[in-house]
Amino acid sequence: MIIYRQSARVLVQGITGKQGTFWTQKMMECGTRVVAGVNPKRAGEQHLGVPVYATAKAAMAESPFDVAVMFIPPAMAREAALDAIKAGARTVVILTEHIPARDVIAIHHAAARHRTRIIGPNTAGIVTPGEGFVGIMPGHNPNIFQPGEIGVISRSGSLGTLICLNLTRAGFGQSAFLGIGGDPMIGTTTRDALQAVDEDPRTRAVVLVGEIGGAMEEAAAEYAAGMAKPVVSFIAGRASPPGKKMGHAGAIVSGTLGSYDGKRRALEAAGVAVADTPAEIPGLLGAGPRDRLRQPAAHALSV
Amino acid sequence: MNFLEHVAKARVLAPAGIPVPRAVHCGTPEEAQAAFAELGPCMVKAQVPTGKRGKAGGIKPANTAEEARARAADILGMQIDGHPVGSVLLEEQARIAREFYAAILIDTVGRRPLVLFSTEGGMDIEEVAATRPDALRRHRVDLDSGFDAAAARAMLSGLDLSGAEEQVAGILVALYATSGRIDAELIEINPLALLADGRVVALDCKLTLDDSAAFRQTDLAGSAAEEPMTDLEREGAANGLKFIQLDGDVGVLANGAGLTMTTMDVISHCGGRPANFLEIGGEAYTKSEAALKLVLSNPGVKSLVVNFCGAFARTDVMAEGVVTAWKRLAPDIPVFFSIHGTGEDEAVRLVREGLGQEPFDLMEDAVQAAVDAAHSGAHPAAQSQASGGAAR
Repeated sequence: MIIYRQSARVLVQGITGKQGTFWTQKMMECGTRVVAGVNPKRAGEQHLGVPVYATAKAAMAESPFDVAVMFIPPAMAREAALDAIKAGARTVVILTEHIPARDVIAIHHAAARHRTRIIGPNTAGIVTPGEGFVGIMPGHNPNIFQPGEIGVISRSGSLGTLICLNLTRAGFGQSAFLGIGGDPMIGTTTRDALQAVDEDPRTRAVVLVGEIGGAMEEAAAEYAAGMAKPVVSFIAGRASPPGKKMGHAGAIVSGTLGSYDGKRRALEAAGVAVADTPAEIPGLLGAGPRDRLRQPAAHALSV
Repeated sequence: MNFLEHVAKARVLAPAGIPVPRAVHCGTPEEAQAAFAELGPCMVKAQVPTGKRGKAGGIKPANTAEEARARAADILGMQIDGHPVGSVLLEEQARIAREFYAAILIDTVGRRPLVLFSTEGGMDIEEVAATRPDALRRHRVDLDSGFDAAAARAMLSGLDLSGAEEQVAGILVALYATSGRIDAELIEINPLALLADGRVVALDCKLTLDDSAAFRQTDLAGSAAEEPMTDLEREGAANGLKFIQLDGDVGVLANGAGLTMTTMDVISHCGGRPANFLEIGGEAYTKSEAALKLVLSNPGVKSLVVNFCGAFARTDVMAEGVVTAWKRLAPDIPVFFSIHGTGEDEAVRLVREGLGQEPFDLMEDAVQAAVDAAHSGAHPAAQSQASGGAAR
C-alpha cells in the first residue's frame, strides 16, 4: 500500500512519546484508524484509547494492523522496523531521519524478503484528504488538504505542504499526497510513487516535486513518458551550489550526477511540464496539461 | 566525515590485517628529519582530506635526512584544494610492480554494499569505468550470503593479478568486514600495490564514515579530519544547525530542506542571490532564535526572507523565536515573511503584533520584496554589490 486508505489499520511505534502522542491525536482527528501502539515499557496500558504493546509482533497477535508508522529515534530505528516487518506489516512508514546507512540497508533487505512496502526513511508521511493520513503532515488542515483529483509526490514534507496549499487555493484538491523521503536510500522511489498514482482511478493528474541529487527523477521520467495522465513537476535545488549536502542526505550534486539541468531535461523530454516556481504549478495543471488530458491518450501505458 | 590517510591506515587498515608501508606521522620538518633515520629512503606525503595532492606537489621523495626535512618544510607550507597542510606522513619507498584498485562503498540505487576492484590502479575509477571496463569488477553483496573468500575469488576470476590473487582476495574480504564494522560510506585503496618482492600493500587510503553512525563510532569519529567551514558554519554546527554560507545578499530562514532550497531557487529566479542555506526542519524547528542570529551575522545580508510552511515544524514556535531574536538584535535590514501550515494563525499574530509586519500570502511575493529591498538597499556598498549580482 502506497496510497493511504481509511480501511488500513495503523500501528504507531513510539506512541507514548511527545511527538508520537501529538501526531497520533492528529491522525485520529483526521479519520485514520489507529488500532494500537508500541512502547516496551508501557505494554498493557491504554494510550489515547488504544492498547499499547511491547512489540509490533505482540500487537499483531491481538490488534492486527496493516501499516506501522515509526516515531523512533535513529539508534533504535533498525530494531523497530525489523519488528514491524517480521510482525507482518504490509507497509512501514519510517519518519526517522539520520538512520545509519548500514541499518537502512538491513531494513530494505528484510522488507524485500517479507514483501513489505517501506515508505521513507526521512519521510513526512502520506495523506489522503477525506480519509486520513499517516505521519507528520498537516492532514487535518483544510487550508492545505482538500479531497480532489491531483496526486502529489514529494521528497520533502515542508515543500510538499506548500505545493498542496497552492493547489487547494487554486481549487485543485488532492487524491493523494505521497511523501517519499529525503534520504538517498528510500523504499518507495519517485518512480514507484508515480506508478501508484498513475494506477489510482481517482487521480486525474500528477504533481511531482523532486529535488537535486540521485537519479530518481530521471527514473520517474522514463515512466512518465508512457503515462496518459498529465504530470507537472517542480525540482528544488536549482540555485544550490554543487558538492554540498543541502540538508537532505540525498540532496547533493556531485559532478553532473543529480544536477538540476539533467533532471529538468529528462522530465521535459518525457512530456512533463516543469515549473520555475511553486506558484506556477496550478497554472500548468489548469492550462496545457488539462487539454492534453482531453486528447485521446496517444501513448497510453502498454504494460 | 572524512579521514586523513595516516588515520585510515593506522586505525582501520592495519588493525584489519591489511598490509601498509612502514610510516611515521610528522608535524614538523625536524620530526621528518628524525623519522628518516628509522625509515630510510621515503615518500613525504601531505596529509589533507582531498585526492588532488599528488598533482598539487604534495607528495615528494626524500633520499637523505636533509631532503626529508626540506621536503617536509615545503609541503607543510602548502595549501592543497583549500586545505592547509597540517602534517606529513613519511612512508618507506615501495618498489612497485603493479597498481590495483579496491573499494567498498554503498550502492544507494541497489541499496546494498558494493565491492569494486580494478587492475588499473592509480587512476580515477570513473575513468577506468569509461576507458577500461574490462579491467573493472563490481560485486553487489547480498546480505544473506555476505562476502567471503570464495565470493572474492569468483569476483577476481579471469583477471591476471601476476600471482597475487590470494593476497588480493584476502584483502577484499578484510576490507568488506571492516567497512561494515566501522559504518564506512567509502573505503578506497588506490593504489593497492603489488611490490617487486611479491607483497601486496595499501599505498593510499580514502575513508568516509557515515555521519549518521557517529553515535556508535565515537572512538573513530573523534579522529575525523576537520571539515573546511567558515566561522559562521562552525557556529551553526555547534548549535546543531546545518548552515552553508553563500555569497549573495538575501538571507534565508525557512523550515525543511526542500522548502529552504526552493526559497533559494525563487530568490535566484527573482534576480537576487541567496546569502545562505540554513535548515531548521525536523527537531531543529525550536532553534529559530539561534538560526536567525546566524543568518544576520553573515556580513553580506542586505534583506531577509522568512518562509515557513509548517508540517511537523510548528510555525508558531518558529515565529516566536524569530520575533524574540529580532527584538533583541534589532537588525538594520528589512524582513519579509510568508507563513503557512501548522500553527499559522498564532504565528501570523505574533509577527503582526511583535514586529508590525504583515506576512505575504505567496512566498514568491515575499521573496520578490526581499530581492528588491536588497537591490535598493540604503547602504551604497550594498547597492553596487547587488546590482553587480543582477548584471551577471
